[in-house]
Amino acid sequence: MAWKDLLTERRSKETLNSLLFFSVALLFVFQFAIGMDRERMGAVLPGLLWLAFILSGVLGLGRVFLIERENDCWEGLLLTPGDKSAIYLGKLAGSLALMLVVEVMVLTLFVVFFNLDVGPILPGLLLLRALGTLGFCAVGTLFAAMTAQVRARELLFPVLLLPVLVPVLLATVKTTEALFLHEPLTEVSHWLKLLAAADVIYLVIGLLTFDFILEG
Amino acid sequence: MAGDPLIRVSGLVRVFGATRVLDGVDLEVAAGEAVALLGPNGAGKTTLLKIVSTLLRPTRGTATVCGLDCVRQAEAVRGVIDLVAHGSHVYEDLTARENLTFWANLAGWPADRDTLTAALADVDLERHADARVRTFSAGMKRRVALARVGLGHPRVLLLDEPFAGLDQRARKWLEGRLETFKAGGGALLLVTHSFGRELGLADRLAILAGGRIALDTPRAALSPEDVQRLYVGSTEEAS
Repeated sequence: MAWKDLLTERRSKETLNSLLFFSVALLFVFQFAIGMDRERMGAVLPGLLWLAFILSGVLGLGRVFLIERENDCWEGLLLTPGDKSAIYLGKLAGSLALMLVVEVMVLTLFVVFFNLDVGPILPGLLLLRALGTLGFCAVGTLFAAMTAQVRARELLFPVLLLPVLVPVLLATVKTTEALFLHEPLTEVSHWLKLLAAADVIYLVIGLLTFDFILEG
Repeated sequence: MAGDPLIRVSGLVRVFGATRVLDGVDLEVAAGEAVALLGPNGAGKTTLLKIVSTLLRPTRGTATVCGLDCVRQAEAVRGVIDLVAHGSHVYEDLTARENLTFWANLAGWPADRDTLTAALADVDLERHADARVRTFSAGMKRRVALARVGLGHPRVLLLDEPFAGLDQRARKWLEGRLETFKAGGGALLLVTHSFGRELGLADRLAILAGGRIALDTPRAALSPEDVQRLYVGSTEEAS
């Protein structure tokens, strides 16, 4: 499933191109809004960074199941015998790979636009990104499946997703803030634990409920 | 030659809101038999097909395939059926071979190169195996769908307007394939609006009107004009 999704995306480049342009536009807006004042930047940058990830991700994840609709394959997936949680895991792996590519692009653009030196905090930032993106994709893939068959899916998807993402958002923003302030990660270990717990919970819920969601 | 019923539908009712689309449908399709389901728009033909294929639950009544209940044993039913509907279940940005690889891996069917090449050769697409489906005609896409169906070796094939959008050559080819499937002991339930040559495939005609099977008759002795007359008579009576 992940192989199929990534191969299709590599050939069509529909999602990746859109997200790249969206991220650039978003960063232009952010830079005009806060300028180059380093003090203000330090306070808002962690939030803006994750806001950029989340907004790009909401656009990207919302399309995860549209490929099945556009190719009339939704019924085919339902009718294929076998464990449907494999479809969830495949979709999740594909979403994760796509999101990680988008995040590398966004982070690189952030570094360029705001003239940041992220070298010393890069390992911590990568760990945080991996944990945050896993939680985001685990619940995002589930809600993308849930809303794929409804009429107002573009509206419903972020409305359902964003409130559920609050623990992930809080934990990632707070931990990123600590990283930018060069605080040790042990200072924010409670946020990291919350993030890890949210990841596990979202993943387990996804695996347990995906079958019912796919069946509608 | 028809054998034991592979599809058995009994007292099937399906209600959507205030609309009773199916109102006590009884139908059987035996092994080695093809039944063409005719009826006006909104008669519930696709609804019936979706219930038998486990995509939709009935409000009341039972549907079984190979003795398996379509609601309680849906997953087992999916192992013995396949559905070829308006959409061909093919990804346009993948090649024909990649499509088969994907569906075979997902279902746990053999997906080695030789098997897939044989499946594509079987539907006369061997030369186009590595071309993207986006470049295919409607008939070729339908053939990719049938190659996928062939990989799963279903015992029951459910077809919703299988000849729609196909040219004469593709229609003839598909008829041949379906005859072979039938001769191998498979059961075919075919939904169509046409009174044309695709009815030649059917051993029986079932006309769905007013939510019920208004007529269930052997096709052999009927000319297209007879079918037309029976169709008009049955649907007018039901309405």
